[in-house]
Amino acid sequence: MISDFTLASARAALRARRVSSTELTRHFLGAIDALNPQLNAFITVTADRALVQAAAADAALASGDHGALTGIPLAIKDLFCTDGVRTTAGSRILSPFVPPYESTVTANLLRDGAVFLGKANMDEFAMGSSNATSAYGPVVNPWTRTGDNRPLVPGGSSGGSAAAVAAGLALGATATDTGGSIRQPASFCGIAGIKPTYGRCSRWGVVAFASSLDQAGPVARNVQDCAILLGSMAGYDPKDSTSANIPVPDFAAACRRGVKGLRIGVPREYRSDDMPPEIEALWQQGLAWLRDAGAEIVDVSLPHTKYGLATYYIVAPAEASSNLARYDGVRFGARSDGADLTALYENTRADGFGAEVQRRIMIGTYVLSAGYYDAYYIRAQKIRSLILKDFTEVFAKVDALVTPTAPSAAFALGDRLDDPIKMYFNDVFTVPANMAGIPGMSVPAGLDAHGLPLGLQVLGRPFDEETVFAVAQTIEDAAGFLARPSVRAGG
Amino acid sequence: MSLDPAAVRRIAKLARIRVADDALPQLAGELNAILGWIEQLNEVDIDGVTPLTGAAQMTLAWRADVVNDGGDAERVLSNAPDRDGQFYAVPKVVE
Amino acid sequence: MAYTIEGNSGRWEVVVGLEVHAQVISNAKLFSGAATAFGAAPNSQVSLVDAAFPGMLPVLNGECVAQAVRTGLGLNAEIHLHSRFDRKNYFYADLPSGYQISQYEHPIVGKGVIEIELADGSTRQIGVTRLHLEQDAGKSLHDQHPTKTFVDLNRSGVALMEIVSEPDIRSPEEAGAYVRKLRSILRYLGTCDGNMEEGSLRADVNVSVRKAGEAYRTRCEIKNVNSIRFVMQAVEVEALRQIKVWEDGGEVVQETRLFDSARGTTRPMRSKEDAHDYRYFPDPDLRPLVLDPAWVESLRAALPELPDAKRARFIGDFGLSPYDAGVLVAEQSTASYFETVAAGRDAKLAANWVTGDLFAALNRKSVTIEGSPVTPAALGALLDLIGNKTINGKIAKQVFDEMVETGAAPDAIVQARGLRQVVDTSAIDAAVDAVIAANPDKAAEYRSGKDKLFGFFVGQVMKAMAGKGNPALVNDAVKSKLG
Ligand SMILES: [Mg+2]
Ligand SMILES: [Zn+2]
Repeated sequence: MISDFTLASARAALRARRVSSTELTRHFLGAIDALNPQLNAFITVTADRALVQAAAADAALASGDHGALTGIPLAIKDLFCTDGVRTTAGSRILSPFVPPYESTVTANLLRDGAVFLGKANMDEFAMGSSNATSAYGPVVNPWTRTGDNRPLVPGGSSGGSAAAVAAGLALGATATDTGGSIRQPASFCGIAGIKPTYGRCSRWGVVAFASSLDQAGPVARNVQDCAILLGSMAGYDPKDSTSANIPVPDFAAACRRGVKGLRIGVPREYRSDDMPPEIEALWQQGLAWLRDAGAEIVDVSLPHTKYGLATYYIVAPAEASSNLARYDGVRFGARSDGADLTALYENTRADGFGAEVQRRIMIGTYVLSAGYYDAYYIRAQKIRSLILKDFTEVFAKVDALVTPTAPSAAFALGDRLDDPIKMYFNDVFTVPANMAGIPGMSVPAGLDAHGLPLGLQVLGRPFDEETVFAVAQTIEDAAGFLARPSVRAGG
Repeated sequence: MSLDPAAVRRIAKLARIRVADDALPQLAGELNAILGWIEQLNEVDIDGVTPLTGAAQMTLAWRADVVNDGGDAERVLSNAPDRDGQFYAVPKVVE
Repeated sequence: MAYTIEGNSGRWEVVVGLEVHAQVISNAKLFSGAATAFGAAPNSQVSLVDAAFPGMLPVLNGECVAQAVRTGLGLNAEIHLHSRFDRKNYFYADLPSGYQISQYEHPIVGKGVIEIELADGSTRQIGVTRLHLEQDAGKSLHDQHPTKTFVDLNRSGVALMEIVSEPDIRSPEEAGAYVRKLRSILRYLGTCDGNMEEGSLRADVNVSVRKAGEAYRTRCEIKNVNSIRFVMQAVEVEALRQIKVWEDGGEVVQETRLFDSARGTTRPMRSKEDAHDYRYFPDPDLRPLVLDPAWVESLRAALPELPDAKRARFIGDFGLSPYDAGVLVAEQSTASYFETVAAGRDAKLAANWVTGDLFAALNRKSVTIEGSPVTPAALGALLDLIGNKTINGKIAKQVFDEMVETGAAPDAIVQARGLRQVVDTSAIDAAVDAVIAANPDKAAEYRSGKDKLFGFFVGQVMKAMAGKGNPALVNDAVKSKLG
């Protein structure tokens, strides 16, 4: 049954001609038709294009000339510019924007034969952890608490991507992670997602939030599917000066390496009294699985990680305030009129940006402004150095770190909206990896008492995603996570 | 460091975001809450630490001096909210 | 004698520092692959990077880095092996990204020096504070539509070198000489064409005034002055304005002003009124720029001879006057023209011909030396005809004028017109005899002591010989026949 396919099994079925890409694509378009009104996971659905791509994929499969993803239907986070297809970044200010270019990451996926179903909803400019800041309405998590139908958030900012995959509206999706935007929604939606090393995927054509932190990666049903997707998305791009000119390893093969002999670090600073006992228990369970699989568990210290979140809320808004200056109503996007140019700018940006984006632009403007730059920005960059140093020292002793992905399971739509800082704490475990540029993956490991998925996070050395995949695969195998959300395609 | 409404007005001006006067106090409150929370960073000893400017630990690569882009005004003008011929158009600026 | 301005309250000194924006000669822009050529159709040389489309990223053009390093070496400046690109944030219609990528804290080139030559023959050292690479903005056109400003982004992202001087300049003349010398060096290096009409070289002029011995007073910055003459005028009128403000009991306020060349005044710039807070920070899309010292040395080794060195050589090797040498080296094309003419010949004579007859002819024809109708080889051939006594200097001028008009070779002109100099002493003697015979009174006067008439006889003989007589032989003959 198509709704049971993982990306890997769908690929095998396509290659064996047991199913056609057109059939697959029609299935997912039908699922989107049925469930998107409820989930709002897609901002734009490109059905006609998808069917054209599927037909081409079927022709390629028929001729035996196929790529790594030929015929696989995917959702694309609406932060990736797609040639001729509206790209909004979840913002009103980009509502009329149709890029005349294709981002490198999506171009890589198209090169490998993928089919794009449409553009996935997201927090505006990727700023958020609940998908509530989208100008196109919130995304609803396909999971609900046992015996409680109140809608929950999917996490964010890649909430549309995660919800679409979890609900069976796509076999996988692109996502981006600036402070946890891949891993936290993956955890909330019971799927896998990896933020690779900074520089592994090109940022060219991805709408920028915070340039030194943004990194693209996949979300998918499981670890193996993420490995297949990342293999296509990654690669050196001379158009991005921060792209790493190093070869892309066989990530899928690395999933089968196992953890025998690996040293797995447990950072003691991630433990806190506030942590829900179920999350603490799941963490211990994960470590036990790894120990059983032959890994050595080592207690380590990352003394500066607790400052990661506050550091992030200087660095990310600072970069964002500058990156988002280009949205001025002159060359693209929405414009609000004004009596003079300054009024045009101020009206365009007041009308075009939502409250959270405005707040972060203001914070960023302030921390960079004359007289405050050293106290905020320079201090933050120095602490960032210390965070990186912590990781570097720890990775001299261990091969990977394992932590919870998020401090809670999915919460109710509308919760925590009144208090930005409370919302920011969703990313407390994920942000340090962005500050240091290291790879991090969330893998579903269990359910909480309300039947909601919880993820564990695996962190690795720079450009050692292979070990991250091996550890995550071991957790996934041991967890045997089979639960499915209450809202899903194919019943 | 705490922001009063006048400081918020100045920041909004710099950021080119229109903020109504009566919205300033609440915005100041929100920003101050965030800035107050960030104050925790003052307890970190940063003496002698070199700031990290980016996550990519590499030096800058160069491009060859070759013309391989541009040459298509329509491509860059096609999304313009207002244009006149091959120009972008904005309200008149007095220098 | 130092330049000062006499005010009602006494003498004022003028303090000037210049920020020159020099457009780098490169095919493509600083961070994109769009072309840089002047005069293209609006927005036809704009990449998505230059227009700051979402997700677009800068990639540094290596040749622009090389050009900046060459320029730094040419200014005897420190080359910083580690530099960095920062963002300078401000909103303006012709600044698509809302920030200019520039080098604020860590420029690629540090302190250097430029020697300027003044009309009185003296020289002065003007300090260069720094040189950094940055992007140019687009162009706003305010006069094309009654209610709109039009924006053309062709210039957006073109590489500029901002070359900042110390406030060492003390007069309009020095300001002019500084820009002239800087332009000359840039042209020698091939790093900027120095074309001020096309905006390839623009100066921001920082002016303040003070009484002798005082600390600096408040300065004003006059933006984008686009000719050397205007730079000099701007310094003068702005200094006078500030003196008047101070002497009227007012206070000069630090501000950005525009030079109005039609009125010969400066006025405050309205659009730059609000105090700027540029919020500089390192551009996170780029990494630090690290140069290989061996690469810098290879650029140094390939530098051309620069004006100062060439001038010294022209004085030392050719015995030219400092003034003539200065004139000849100002433009590399002039210097190389001169050197071709002077090679193996009388260098002073060559210098006189180039700075005299040739410059006059180029002026008359309104052509540059590159477009000269007389090639350096042809002028050299003309000097050879003088040197080997085929023609005399006077005839040479006649031949040169014809070379300018027709482009013909000098020996061909001499041949065709029969201008070969007469060295046959019997022919000269005959001409002298005829002139003496025709002027018996004057011959008698000369012989009775009126020496001044010698020139008359020489002139008459030359005239009788259609100017072709060898001047020395004619002199000798006249002297002996009248003697
Ligand atoms: Mg300036
Ligand atoms: Zn500048």
